[in-house]
Amino acid sequence: LFRFTVKRPFSTSHSSVDSKEIKKFQLLAHKWWDEEGEYAALHSMNDIRVPFIRDTLLSMNSNYHLGNPLSGIKILDVGCGGGLLSEPLGRLGASVTGIDPVEDNIRTADQHKSFDPVLAKRIQYKSSSLEEIVEESMETFDVIVASEVVEHVADLETFIKCCSQVLKPEGSLFITTINKTQLSYVLGIVVAEKIMGIVPEGTHEWEKFVPPEELERLLESNGFSVKTMSGMLYNPLSGSWRWMESTSLNYAVHAVKAGARAQSHTTDTPPETDIQQRSATAGT
Amino acid sequence: SSAAMAALRGRALLAPLGARLKAGPRAPLRSSASAPPLYDVVVSGGGMVGSAMAAVLGHDIHFHDKKIALLEAGPRKEYDHMPDSYSNRVSSISPGSATLLSSCGAWDHVCSLRLKPFRRMQVWDACSEAMIVFEKDDLDDMGYIVENDVIMSALTKELDAVADRVEVFYRSKAVGYTWPLPSHSCDTSPWVQVELADGRRLQTKLLIGADGHNSVVRKEAEIKNIEYQYDQSAVVATLHLSEATDNNVAWQRFLPTGPIALLPLSDTASSLVWSTSHDHASELVAMDEESFVDSINSAFWSNINHSDFIDTAGAMFRSAISLLKPSGTAVRQLPPSVAKVDPQSRAMFPLGMGHATEYVQHRVALIGDAAHRVHPLAGQGVNLGFGDVACLAHHLSAAAFNGSDLGSLKHLLKFETERQRHNVSLIAATDVLKRLYSTTLAPLVLLRTWGLQATNALPPVKVRI
Repeated sequence: LFRFTVKRPFSTSHSSVDSKEIKKFQLLAHKWWDEEGEYAALHSMNDIRVPFIRDTLLSMNSNYHLGNPLSGIKILDVGCGGGLLSEPLGRLGASVTGIDPVEDNIRTADQHKSFDPVLAKRIQYKSSSLEEIVEESMETFDVIVASEVVEHVADLETFIKCCSQVLKPEGSLFITTINKTQLSYVLGIVVAEKIMGIVPEGTHEWEKFVPPEELERLLESNGFSVKTMSGMLYNPLSGSWRWMESTSLNYAVHAVKAGARAQSHTTDTPPETDIQQRSATAGT
Repeated sequence: SSAAMAALRGRALLAPLGARLKAGPRAPLRSSASAPPLYDVVVSGGGMVGSAMAAVLGHDIHFHDKKIALLEAGPRKEYDHMPDSYSNRVSSISPGSATLLSSCGAWDHVCSLRLKPFRRMQVWDACSEAMIVFEKDDLDDMGYIVENDVIMSALTKELDAVADRVEVFYRSKAVGYTWPLPSHSCDTSPWVQVELADGRRLQTKLLIGADGHNSVVRKEAEIKNIEYQYDQSAVVATLHLSEATDNNVAWQRFLPTGPIALLPLSDTASSLVWSTSHDHASELVAMDEESFVDSINSAFWSNINHSDFIDTAGAMFRSAISLLKPSGTAVRQLPPSVAKVDPQSRAMFPLGMGHATEYVQHRVALIGDAAHRVHPLAGQGVNLGFGDVACLAHHLSAAAFNGSDLGSLKHLLKFETERQRHNVSLIAATDVLKRLYSTTLAPLVLLRTWGLQATNALPPVKVRI
C-alpha cells in the first residue's frame, strides 16, 4: 500500500513537504501558545519529550553543568511549528534553529520568543523546508529533533537522507510519531480527532502514519543506528503523557548517525538486529 | 501610541477566557524604549518566608543561570552577634523547617547565633487535670525556639552568598502590579510588571507573593481570601525564671480566655505568648511589672477553674485508661515559675485566621501568611510557610530542569494541590481547637478533657501531631 518513488535528494521539485499539510496548519497558526487550546496535548508532551532528549544527551556527554545542561549543543528542530519544543531546549542552554514550511508558524514563533532576551538570542527561526537548508548546513548540527513531523511528510526516505546530511557524524536524531495500527486509527483518529477533540480534526491521515519497523528500516539503511525506541501514551482525562512498552500508538525513537569512519560503508550491508533498549527516562 | 495605552489601561473588555484570568490594568505595549529589567522570579516580601524562598532558589543548581529578585520594604537585617537581651518575637521551628534552612546553609548561622532546642511539650487544660505530653522516643529535639531576628540574619548571610543570582532590593516597596493578557495575545508583554514606590519598574516571569496576611499581591490578583478576626490578641514578652533549670520543655495551658504558652529561650529565660481577649491583653500590657508576673504565674498554677464534677469524671477516665494501657498516663511536670519580665519587652498584636481560596494563578504564587494565617496556639505559623517554600522550590527546580516557562500554571497547580491538602486540615484543626478551648461549659470541657486524655494515651494519634 505504500508507494515510495525514488527521489533525488537535492531536487526542490520533489520535496518532503506536502502542500495540503501546510494549509491545515496555517489555519491554526495563532493557537500554538494557548496551553489549554488546540495544542494542549503537544504542550504536555514536553513533560516527557524534553527530559527524554535532555537525559539522552547528558548520558552521551560527560562534560555538562546541571544549571545549563544543553549548553554548546546545536539543535535543529524540524517542523518546529510555533516553537513549543524549541523554547524549552533553548532554556536548557542549546542553540536552536527551528524550521517550518508554514510562514505563519514562524511568525508566531518569532514573536513569542522575542519577549525573552535569552531565548531571542539562543533560537533562530526560518520559514523553510528541510531540503532547502541542506546545502548551507552540511554536517552542521549536533542534534536533530523531528517531533510529530514524520507523519506529515510526503517522502519519508528523502526526509531521513536530508537529516543525515545536516547532522554531524555521531550526531543524534530524535523522532516522535504515531504508529499505523488498527488501535491508532481508533484512538488516534476517531477518538482523538472526531470524538474528544484532543487533536484538531483533519490533522492526521492514518495512511501517513509510520510503523516503527518501517522507520527503523529506513533509518538503518540510511546510515543511522537506532538506539532507543519506546511507546508513549496520552491520558486525556489528566491531560498528561507517559512512557509505555507498547509502540502501538505513539512512540519515540533515538538514532545516532554513523561516525566519520563508518560512512564509507555501503548501505546494502544487512543491518544487525539491534537490541532495543527501553528509554532510561521512562517513568520520570 | 498613547490612545492604545489608555485603552489597555482600562478594564479588560473580553470576558475571562480561562478559569484564572484577572481584570485590571494591563501590560503595556512592547515599546522600542528600553524595557524594564526582566527577572525569572521576583519574590515580594523579605520576611522569614520570602527570604527563605529567595535563598533556597538561589542555592538551587537548576537556577544557576537564572535571575531572582527579592523586594523588601524594610532595611537590611544582619547581626554578627546578638544583643544580650532576647527579642520578644520568637518562633517555634520544627525539625522539617530546620532541614529547609540547612539546605540553603542558613541553619549553621542560626546555630552560631543562638537558639534553644526543646525535647518535650506539655499541653494542659485550666478546667481539668487533662494533659498531653509530646516527646520524641529517641530523645531527639522536638523543635527549636529561635528569635525571628536570628533567622532573618542567617538568611541575609546566605542571600549575600548567592548575590550573583539573587538581587535584594531593600527599602523597596512594591506599589503596583500589572498582569499579562492571556497567552495567545501576542502584542503585549507576557510578563508581570512590578512598580516600586520610587518609580522603578521590574518585569518577571513568576511573581511570588510572600507579603504577609494583608498581602498586596493577593489583593491585586483578586484572589478571594477567607478571613476571620478572632476577638483575641497575643501578648508577647521576654521573661526571667525564678531559678535556672534545664528549660527544655515548651509549656502551654488552655485558659478559658485563651492559651498561654511559655517557650524556652535559655536556662534562665523564656518567651511568653499569651492569647487572650483584646481588653485583657491591653490590661496585661499596661499593668506594672510585678502584677504582670503574678498574672502569669497564676495562669499556670491556679486551679480556680476546676469543678469537682469535671475532676471526678477526668479521674475516672484516667483510671480506665490505666487499666487498658498502663503507660498511657504521663507524669505531670510542673512548669517553671516566673520572677521578672524584661522591661520594654511587652507587646501585643491582634490574631486572626485566613486562607486564600487559590494559592496560584498564571505567573503568580502565594506562600506563607499571604496564603494562610493561623492562630499561634499550635506554634505552626512559620513552619507552614517554610513548608510552602520547600514544596514550591521543589516544583520550580524540576520545571527549570525541564526548560519550562516558570510562570506556567501546570506546575504551580501541583504546588497548590500539595500544600492546600496539607494546610487546610491543620488550619481547620487549629481553629476548632481554639474554639473548643474557649469555653468553660461542662459538656465541652468534658469532651476535650477525655479527648486530650485519650489522645495522650494513643501513640499513633500523637505521632501524627
